[in-house]
Amino acid sequence: MYCLVRGGALVWRFWVSEGFWPPAEVFSKGGNGGCGLVRRGHWPRLGPCLFVMNKPLLRVSEVACARGGLTVLEGISFDVHAGTALILRGPNGSGKTTLLRTLAGLQTAVAGEVSVADETIAYAGHADGLKGTLTVAENLSFWASLFGFGAITPALGAFELSGLADRAAQSLSAGQKRRLGLARMLVTGRPVWLLDEPTVSLDVSAVALFGEAVKRHLAGGGVAVIATHIDLGIEAEVLDLSAFRAVAPRGGAFDEAFI
Amino acid sequence: MKGLLQRDLRLAIRAGGGFGLALAFFLIVVILVPFGVGPSADVLAPIAPGVLWLGALLACLLSLDRIFATDYEDGSLEFLATAPVPLEGVVAVKALAHWLTTGLPLTLAAPVFGVFLNLPSGGYGWLVASLALGTPALSMIGAFGAALTVGLKRGGLLLSLLVLPLYIPTLIFGADTVRRGVDGLEAGTSLILMTGITLGTLALLPFAGAAALRVNLR
Repeated sequence: MYCLVRGGALVWRFWVSEGFWPPAEVFSKGGNGGCGLVRRGHWPRLGPCLFVMNKPLLRVSEVACARGGLTVLEGISFDVHAGTALILRGPNGSGKTTLLRTLAGLQTAVAGEVSVADETIAYAGHADGLKGTLTVAENLSFWASLFGFGAITPALGAFELSGLADRAAQSLSAGQKRRLGLARMLVTGRPVWLLDEPTVSLDVSAVALFGEAVKRHLAGGGVAVIATHIDLGIEAEVLDLSAFRAVAPRGGAFDEAFI
Repeated sequence: MKGLLQRDLRLAIRAGGGFGLALAFFLIVVILVPFGVGPSADVLAPIAPGVLWLGALLACLLSLDRIFATDYEDGSLEFLATAPVPLEGVVAVKALAHWLTTGLPLTLAAPVFGVFLNLPSGGYGWLVASLALGTPALSMIGAFGAALTVGLKRGGLLLSLLVLPLYIPTLIFGADTVRRGVDGLEAGTSLILMTGITLGTLALLPFAGAAALRVNLR
């Protein structure tokens, strides 16, 4: 997120979908008095979304969500402001994935409202979305082109995949595949990251790499909602979902009628 | 969108992508028919238009379940659904990629296969024209069926049962075009009717397919 500053007052914050994240030299951040826009070699392409400052990037109010027709979570409310992260915790089956999928818009909330600007969400689920017969670079380039993002080299570098760029994805180890799946988040250029158990099959150093990537994302004004049980070394609020478990799962009576 | 098309074509051509499978299947069907009904030109010539169209249609069916199933299994479909491209466009592009890797090669190879079946000379132009205008409908209807059955166990079998009845109008008018061409009759009407069906499916089914995908991703 970058701020356009005129006469000391912040006019707009917005996203830049060009180059690696965050290209600090493109814009100076607010508070330097004059116009905060610093031109680099060429004008960066502006992302599709504009934000006025202080509005939370993601607002969840009284949301209830269901899995397999049963309401598993209800009454969830939180705001995630630019530059902050939210860690979701809870035992297996407590609805972390369901909540993240609801936030991503893959399924609709049973009740309540998820407010998030259009086309700001990047979601990474359990699967990495890789094609085994394509190379690492081809896999990443595809997603980069789909999201209108140019360079993949910084994303490869951030997850130490540069040496593997020409390898077929099917010959990667599980941890390397996961790193490639996470590198995909960097080429989306999107501010709201929703990550579902991102550290599965990652080793200690790869978890550290991922923590650094999230920190850089947050420092650039992005937000992240992460379902994980591992300490990523980032300062974040923790939301324990077991407190929001639906008291009486609706739909139970319906099922019983068929038994 | 261009990136998606490139990726799908690349995947189809790489090892295990199934490119050429449809063509080989078509070839085998066309070769088996003379073994079944006898090599006599009098028997083969009248049934050639129907057999060629049926062969092309069944060959098209072979690779349909791959349109969305692989993307669903590896999670790509969820990413595509949250990407800045409309899901309707994704369905249309996937159908286009399927047509480029099956329908188009089938159309180009059909005249050669026509010789195997002793197709009379008047039919070749109509055969290529009808396949060129009819096979896009096969791919589009197939993509819709694949979107409906994505995520189901053994969905490929169900897909065939769903899609084959929807292929009937295209088959009727496609084969009729060639038959009339062979007999020297006016074949344009059938061709136009079939093209109408193709245009209708191209206009409507991307939306239906996208709606089916949204339900299946839930």
